[in-house]
Amino acid sequence: MLPKIFFGYFSIAMIFVSILIITRRNPIHSILWMLVLFFHIAGLYLFLNAEFLAAVQMILYAGAILVLFLFVIMMLNLRKEVEVERFLGEWPIAVFVGGATLVLVIMALTTLTQGPVGQYTVEAIQAETHVKALGKALYTEYLYPFEIASLILLIAVVGAMVLAKKRT
Amino acid sequence: MNMPFPNLAPVTPEIILSIAAMLLLLMELVFKNKGVLALAGLIAVAVTLYVLPSSFGTTFGGMFISDSYSMYFKLIFMINLALTILLSLKYLQREKAECGEYYSLLLFATTGMMIMASARDFIVLYLGLELMALSTYVLAGIKRNDIKSNEAALKYFLLGAFSSALLLYGISLLYGLTTTTDLYKIAAQLQQSEVSTTLLLSMILIAVAFSFKIAAAPFHMWAPDVYEGAPTSITAFMSVGPKAAGFAVIGRVFYVAFQNVQADWTPILIGIAILTMAVGNILAIAQTNIKRMLAYSSIAHAGYMLVGIIAGTAEGQQAMMTYMLIYAFMNMGAFAVVIMLEKGDEIKDYEGLAKTRPVIAALMLVFMFSLTGIPPTAGFVGKFNIFMAAINAGYVWLVVVAVIFSAISAYYYLRVVMNMYMREPAETAAINPSPSLGLALVISVVMVFVIGIIPSVVIG
Amino acid sequence: MVPLNWYIMLSAIIFIIGAVGFLIRRNILIMLISIELMLNSVNISFVAFSHYLQDLRGQIFVFFIITVAAAEAAIGLAILVSLFRNKVAIQTDQVTEMKG
Repeated sequence: MLPKIFFGYFSIAMIFVSILIITRRNPIHSILWMLVLFFHIAGLYLFLNAEFLAAVQMILYAGAILVLFLFVIMMLNLRKEVEVERFLGEWPIAVFVGGATLVLVIMALTTLTQGPVGQYTVEAIQAETHVKALGKALYTEYLYPFEIASLILLIAVVGAMVLAKKRT
Repeated sequence: MNMPFPNLAPVTPEIILSIAAMLLLLMELVFKNKGVLALAGLIAVAVTLYVLPSSFGTTFGGMFISDSYSMYFKLIFMINLALTILLSLKYLQREKAECGEYYSLLLFATTGMMIMASARDFIVLYLGLELMALSTYVLAGIKRNDIKSNEAALKYFLLGAFSSALLLYGISLLYGLTTTTDLYKIAAQLQQSEVSTTLLLSMILIAVAFSFKIAAAPFHMWAPDVYEGAPTSITAFMSVGPKAAGFAVIGRVFYVAFQNVQADWTPILIGIAILTMAVGNILAIAQTNIKRMLAYSSIAHAGYMLVGIIAGTAEGQQAMMTYMLIYAFMNMGAFAVVIMLEKGDEIKDYEGLAKTRPVIAALMLVFMFSLTGIPPTAGFVGKFNIFMAAINAGYVWLVVVAVIFSAISAYYYLRVVMNMYMREPAETAAINPSPSLGLALVISVVMVFVIGIIPSVVIG
Repeated sequence: MVPLNWYIMLSAIIFIIGAVGFLIRRNILIMLISIELMLNSVNISFVAFSHYLQDLRGQIFVFFIITVAAAEAAIGLAILVSLFRNKVAIQTDQVTEMKG
């Protein structure tokens, strides 16, 4: 029962915060609500026995990505909104389309059948510790994606510098 | 748990290209003349092409597969990369957008495409896609003093990121259904369970996300703006490379992972294909800017290639691959002509070109005929193959639809030709000839004719 | 024990909220944040699947998604910075140069 109550709190809070994020006028408020959301997501990961990911969520998302957003807002004084044409019309239409899609998706998801169960039971991971199990998989089985990820980070560094250099 | 050192032989082309890209980053510091970097890039292409044929095999625990399918696409990527480098050389100087990272990013983007073509696992596929996409976003915005280029990059980025979120959601559902991200294991798993609505949803999400990469409807709307705003050399690169990579993964994912549920994905792709052909061909008619016109034309061509995938046979897949190769040459050629002209962005700039610049007009004529699909050019061979494959697979009505749209396309391609040959020139068009651009044009036009006259070069 | 479906539903709801936010907002920063929201909902569903299917692959995937999200944010914000600089330079305040 207790886990369900916790999950209930987390899910209601997360949905509420998500709606706040997309409706705020001021991007800084959105970002601060995003921070709240990330704390909740990290909590959810702890629920799911993914301690390492909970930590990464806080360090990377909250500590790096959100700070980057805040930096850009403060550096550029973007308060007067850099805008593009919107893709959907007005709010009522968007809410209707979103709601309809949501109903369809949820109806589809009720037919979800779980795939076969693997070997990493909670006990097996706990016996080895989560970080160790994840690390082992990452550096053996998933070595190749890991290498590609390093290239992606290199691109990010180079690309950001190329684009954000001073006007010449 | 010990893991043997993975066999690196199948990934040598990717390794060489990414090392070359990193070397280019360093060389930029030493060499002031950017032509050296372009030359180094071409050498990297040559070396990669040299090792490509000997790189068969599967490695990294089955995450990476190098077979004749991926090999063919890698050949297209190499052609695309080499032609783009040739197109860029003088163009960048003219646009004052020279920057050393340019060639390096081109190489990284191509590495990403090669990884996509060889991916046997959704994790690798996704990372390859992002490697390609992130490099291309930067390249689209590389003219950073030009607001149109910035906006092109921004639009491309926003829609690209959105579509990759859709892709990830589709993959996550698929993972829940099958406990794996390996394409072959997914196929095996799907064979055992029956088709659920969740699977359908995940296939729709994946198809829609890929349709962004190949610029197919409903995610085509970025193409015209981005093609218009990005530097023309990058437009040429984007119109072939990411599209080919997108088709490579569509072919792999739908033919391997979803092979047992073919009856369920065919209607999804048929919808996308018809919508794509309609949108591309009909909206192209109204365009006055040639880059926008070519953008809609590239949307339409994605529709034709999807018909090849829909056929669902090995023949259809092969026809799609051949078409992609042909499309690479004819589209690159058309963009080379656009770059060659000092002022070549508007269709009315081409008025009377045949009188003042007969050679360039003739070249454009060839490429326009080829894009329309008129024999004896390569475009005809490509379309003929696709349509034959679809007819053999029993999709006669779809081919009829495609042929009708193809006939509509003649209107806007031939309008350019008409402008060149039937109108009087306002003034003599200034051109920017350079050896590299000339070489790119010669390669394209020769290949368009060779494939058009002797189709057996590329088929089989 | 919370059923797996609850997590998946939660992730679907947040995903749709993020998608609606992306489609309806005109502020580029909030569009970027909406994309992060969508990626996070995907992460939730991956981690939930990973836990219930007793398979580490989902968590590894999340690891890579977080990496890519960081790179994506860096590039996206860099594009925004260069656009902003140009706009300030030529004193236009709306993106109206191109019509879709």
